[in-house]
Amino acid sequence: MKPAPFDYFRPASLAEACDVLAADEDARIIAGGQTLIPMLAMRLARPTKLVDILRLQELRGIRIEEGAAAIGAVTRQVEVERSEIVRSSLPLLIKALPWVGHPPTRCRGTVGGSIANADPSAEIPLVAVTLGAEIEIANPTGRSRMPADEFFIGPMLTAVMPGDCVCAVHFPVWSHPRIGTGFHEVSARQSDFAFVAAAAQVALDEEGRCIEAALGLGGVGDHALRIDVTPLIGEKVTRVSISDVVRAATQELETSSDLHASASYRRRVAAVFGTRALEDAFAEALGSGGGLQ
Amino acid sequence: MKVTLKVNGRLCEADVEPRKTLLDTLREDLLLVGSHAGCEHGVCGACTVLIDGEPSRSCLMFAVQADGYEITTIEGLAPTPGELSVVQDAFCETHGLQCGFCTPGMVLTAHALLERHDAPSREEIVEAISGNICRCTGYGQIVEAVDYAAERLRKTNMPRRLQVVSASTAADLEKGVRESVDGETARGGRS
Repeated sequence: MKPAPFDYFRPASLAEACDVLAADEDARIIAGGQTLIPMLAMRLARPTKLVDILRLQELRGIRIEEGAAAIGAVTRQVEVERSEIVRSSLPLLIKALPWVGHPPTRCRGTVGGSIANADPSAEIPLVAVTLGAEIEIANPTGRSRMPADEFFIGPMLTAVMPGDCVCAVHFPVWSHPRIGTGFHEVSARQSDFAFVAAAAQVALDEEGRCIEAALGLGGVGDHALRIDVTPLIGEKVTRVSISDVVRAATQELETSSDLHASASYRRRVAAVFGTRALEDAFAEALGSGGGLQ
Repeated sequence: MKVTLKVNGRLCEADVEPRKTLLDTLREDLLLVGSHAGCEHGVCGACTVLIDGEPSRSCLMFAVQADGYEITTIEGLAPTPGELSVVQDAFCETHGLQCGFCTPGMVLTAHALLERHDAPSREEIVEAISGNICRCTGYGQIVEAVDYAAERLRKTNMPRRLQVVSASTAADLEKGVRESVDGETARGGRS
């Protein structure tokens, strides 16, 4: 047995889970356990108690409500990947999910777990920031919602307080008829942590003018970053204008070096992948009728 | 803590510490040593078992979390004692194993893939086994084995019972039920 000893508790309700978490600040939530259990095995985490929320029905499932797709925190990643609702409403998430871990870890890993873990290179937080998702948090006093860009504070650091539990992620669903998405990532091996990941979603009007555009970058900062691409809105976008806008927006990008990739490499790849993700998104939105010039 | 696990269609009881992984419990308490302990932190895939038909790392789950699921280990894959499943046989035929350490995980992962896909492409096979590390074969013969097993399964001329593993509800998990499971498929065999 590699982990240090802990107590195991399976609450019957979210309220009970929150009470237990609030009473013991060294207690931790476990859901899919695909990140927490390796950390326990390496004794990087030594909680006194694991509160297993995986079977809480109230935290499971995928619903469309108020123009957003609400994904319950303990919904497994593989369930999202196979969901018809997600396929039709969140094409960007569908493109990002194959990059999350490996098929066996996606069978157990949850959406809320990935959000709460807040790895700077993780794909689900990147999609949440790119689309401007809201994170729903429960604590003993009630439930609240927080925009994704306020929720993520730093590497593996979120606005979640002791006693809080992430209970759902609300991804906005774009209602425009012409939507395109793009996702690019580079890592040392397939499904390793991303050095750089780029996610883009755009919407066009009938004449092919851009009416909405979102670009996010993962792996380059302390958390996923949303990149300002508003200059593209209202334009008939070309490859040149995409490249110019992304280059300008990523020039001042603060990023750090590590064993795997230097800061300047990350900055360069961020500009290239940001451009490619947007190019893919515009090309997809334009469809076969007219390609991206 | 006492825990009741349903492994290869049988209910087994074990008294374990909460920190004991499903892998260690399978190997030490239930004496099912076919699931191999490799890295023990979710990197290598040698400990892969099927949880409700889906490949999962048994080192990344505690035994106390595993009640109510249908757990299939490599021991539960053969249709009858002394025989090999089609996937296992295909691994032998194509030399899809050398030292054999990764093989139980590879076979179970391939089995789960072929339960969902009749004719996976090479890319789909590679993606499916991407979480399983092999240090001997160079993967070529493993991919060949899965492709060969798929072909043989298509030609068995038997109705295939695709295990539809849908978003099972917590109530289902508690009861330990799964869609369209009979005794045969619960042991991982083909009906």
